[in-house]
Amino acid sequence: MNLNALYLQTPLRGVSNFLFRHNKVLLMVLLGPPLLWFVVIYLGSLLALLWQGFYSFDDFSMTILPKLTFDNYIKIFAHANFDIILRTLAMACAVTFASALIAFPIAYYMAVYASKAEKGFFYIGVMLPMWASYIVKAYSWTVILAKGGIVYWVLSKLGLVALLEALLSMPYVGGSTLSTSHLGRFIVFTYIWLPFMILPIQAAIERVPQNLMQASQDLGANVSQSFCYVLLPLAFPGIVAGSIFTFSLTLGDYIIPTLIGPAGLFIGNFVYVQQGAAGNIPLAAAFTVVPIALIAIYLLIAKRFGAFDAL
Amino acid sequence: MTIAVEFEQVSRFYGAVRAVDNVSLAIPDGEFFSLLGPSGSGKTTCLRLIAGFEQPSSGVIKIHGELASGLPPYLRNVNTVFQDYALFPHLNVLENIEYGLMVKGIAKPERHRRAQEALASVALADMSQRKPSQLSGGQRQRIALARAIVNRPKVLLLDEPLGALDLKLREQMQAELKTLQKQLGITFVFVTHDQGEALSMSDRVAVFNKGKIEQVGSPTHLYNKPETVFVANFVGSSNIFDSHIAQRLIGEKQAFSVRPENMAINQTMSDSFSVSGLVQDIQYHGATSRVEMIASDGLEIVAVVSNSFLYKQDMPAKGDHINVSWPKSAIVNLRD
Repeated sequence: MNLNALYLQTPLRGVSNFLFRHNKVLLMVLLGPPLLWFVVIYLGSLLALLWQGFYSFDDFSMTILPKLTFDNYIKIFAHANFDIILRTLAMACAVTFASALIAFPIAYYMAVYASKAEKGFFYIGVMLPMWASYIVKAYSWTVILAKGGIVYWVLSKLGLVALLEALLSMPYVGGSTLSTSHLGRFIVFTYIWLPFMILPIQAAIERVPQNLMQASQDLGANVSQSFCYVLLPLAFPGIVAGSIFTFSLTLGDYIIPTLIGPAGLFIGNFVYVQQGAAGNIPLAAAFTVVPIALIAIYLLIAKRFGAFDAL
Repeated sequence: MTIAVEFEQVSRFYGAVRAVDNVSLAIPDGEFFSLLGPSGSGKTTCLRLIAGFEQPSSGVIKIHGELASGLPPYLRNVNTVFQDYALFPHLNVLENIEYGLMVKGIAKPERHRRAQEALASVALADMSQRKPSQLSGGQRQRIALARAIVNRPKVLLLDEPLGALDLKLREQMQAELKTLQKQLGITFVFVTHDQGEALSMSDRVAVFNKGKIEQVGSPTHLYNKPETVFVANFVGSSNIFDSHIAQRLIGEKQAFSVRPENMAINQTMSDSFSVSGLVQDIQYHGATSRVEMIASDGLEIVAVVSNSFLYKQDMPAKGDHINVSWPKSAIVNLRD
């Protein structure tokens, strides 16, 4: 029997045979549309945005003029604006550091000790908060942290309100109440982004063969030495991956700084205000470059530390 | 004589599973001692008990006279060469070897010198800056060895270290390991499931089965005087005759074994026993051939005959009627 007779001789058969013989064409057909989306809509719009940063804004007529200028980028370094960047950057660093500190033990337990059922529980537990609306969570935190909220109530029962007041009176940390303090904002940020830190660290620790820790102890390293010299360096790419999330998400966020914490803009708020109320899209666009640049610098530092060596 | 490793009635249970069941053994200092057995026989668990990765459920383990049970691995003066080497992927070869000395706080020049020495002893002196991922399997094996011996342990534990290597390399490493052990003069405890490897390298071998030691002895002793059916079959191959067949064949109700190479085909010998039957199959192995014969009552006997032209042998053909005989001296009595 002729082998070809096994197949229906439809017109599509010809197309299929053609693609089978010309697999470069097949690749183009399959990859073309998503690549087009990626380059034109994804990267293209970003470049268009950045390009806007070179346009001029006329303060009197509130109109955008296509006259190219560096003014917007120079304004980033103006004293008031630079404060915004420092404030955001400090918060992003603090949130990242705290997230890593909290996430590591959880991730370690998940990767090394948890049974299959426990692991499922942990996965759901870690991701459950992400299923709820982000704005609802931020709002509910304003209630939790407010004077008369649950945190104050618990602390008053424990007789620790004085301690909190003392904490809130400290510069850079404090504020009038917990919900209007830097501390409160920091707590909410850390809460919201923690899952993004736990999961990559867990994945990284899971990839570290267990017998490396045994080998380390076999060679005379005690538990803390084994942790510092073997586990931590090998889990470091996971920490960096997680920190890229927590760092960049904090840098770009504008909802939490609006709802929780003292007055004073974050980068996200500034962009929002400039392009919304003020209509100064060129300055907003220029400011958008700031988090991009900061994250680029951050990645370079991470690369220096060998965070991507294991990739 | 110093005892390097001593087990006194050591057991290790995992729930209802008796991984190591009431094992007692003593390994003298400087011996090349092998733990031989199939997978799941408890040999690796024994090694891990010595290393400290496992703690005994009951019994006492002593290393050079000191009580080891209860001590964590990092407080024991033993080092392990792991089955899959367990080299640190983020450190280069030199850092891997220096690791044990580094965590013990030995100064940099000293540990550098000793690491270079260890590297030279495994003939990889020029590989010091490579990462483990840039090495071949055999090279990794040597680095794992160097990383262990640089600490000058009292006992070196080797967990099937040659299992992942191809045959030629394995044979070469066997010879090197043996030489190294002689040079260093330290006790080697070597876990393997390969009986050939155990026989060719060891001073003494303990044969494990189902968590228990079946027999301990020198390779020649184990091969020539196996005491149990398991040892007779696991160390080399044997013709096993149970007590009923023994009664019928030699008139004694005592199970025994005869090595296939001690079976003669169509020869008349004094003071011997014989069975006749049909040749069922012949397998050619180069130096030898394996002749499988089946008697009319269903008894199967295997004879291995040399193919060397120095010995004139009439090789039977499949289906031939032959007579297989063995001298009385070839009989090894077995425990039940």
